[in-house]
Amino acid sequence: MADMKADKVLDCTGLLCPMPVVKTKKALKDLEVGQVLEMVSTDPGSMPDMSAWAKQTGHELVEAKDQGDKFIFFIKKTH
Amino acid sequence: MSSENGNTGTKRLALIASRGTLDWAYPPFILASAAASMDWEVGIFFTFYGLPLLKKDLDAKVSPLGNPAMPMKMPFGGEGFQKVNWPIPNILMANLPGFENVATGLMKKLFKSKGVASIGELREMCVDLDVKLIACQMTMDVFGFTKEDFIDETEIGGAAAFLSYAGDADVQLFI
Repeated sequence: MADMKADKVLDCTGLLCPMPVVKTKKALKDLEVGQVLEMVSTDPGSMPDMSAWAKQTGHELVEAKDQGDKFIFFIKKTH
Repeated sequence: MSSENGNTGTKRLALIASRGTLDWAYPPFILASAAASMDWEVGIFFTFYGLPLLKKDLDAKVSPLGNPAMPMKMPFGGEGFQKVNWPIPNILMANLPGFENVATGLMKKLFKSKGVASIGELREMCVDLDVKLIACQMTMDVFGFTKEDFIDETEIGGAAAFLSYAGDADVQLFI
């Protein structure tokens, strides 16, 4: 799969729960519906947290990549 | 909101924050900011020792005294050194002047070095995300707090006000 193109990149490396989720929510405010946010974190807990967050908010978690020491999420704003 | 979040309705979280030490200040603010980030409605009712968490000058401290499961770790040095859990007897903690300040400083430093937000930052996030912060009127009267002691976003309420909010909540927790 070709790399997704993000409209905005949010760096959450080094941050622990709940900051990746909180910052993602805030970053999404600046995007238009249909645009994609790329969030990068180093907290392994952000894998289950981001999937739960997407389920609750209804925004689309297009891709979640586990690179071992880094986790990369592509989130499409749906509303 | 309900049509916005793709679910059947907006969920609501009602928390009671009853403890004001640095360690116990984390759970309500973490859960509240996470829930608000998921588009939940959130209200925290601050009562008894949780009330000072609303103070303008936040000064939560931690006490390892009588807190037997609390690990005492150092936020500096090599990896092996940082993993050591320092066994400090209660008798020593109780009698060493300033021990609480040292422990508080160490814990703040440890949290920061691991990437955990401070209580002040988390509280600010909660305010930004429109979390309702309710101060217990009865405890305010008992401990002599006035509304001016607390941050501007604070609302005042009693048990009935909280219960009426919590009665319509999906999750209610006493912390």
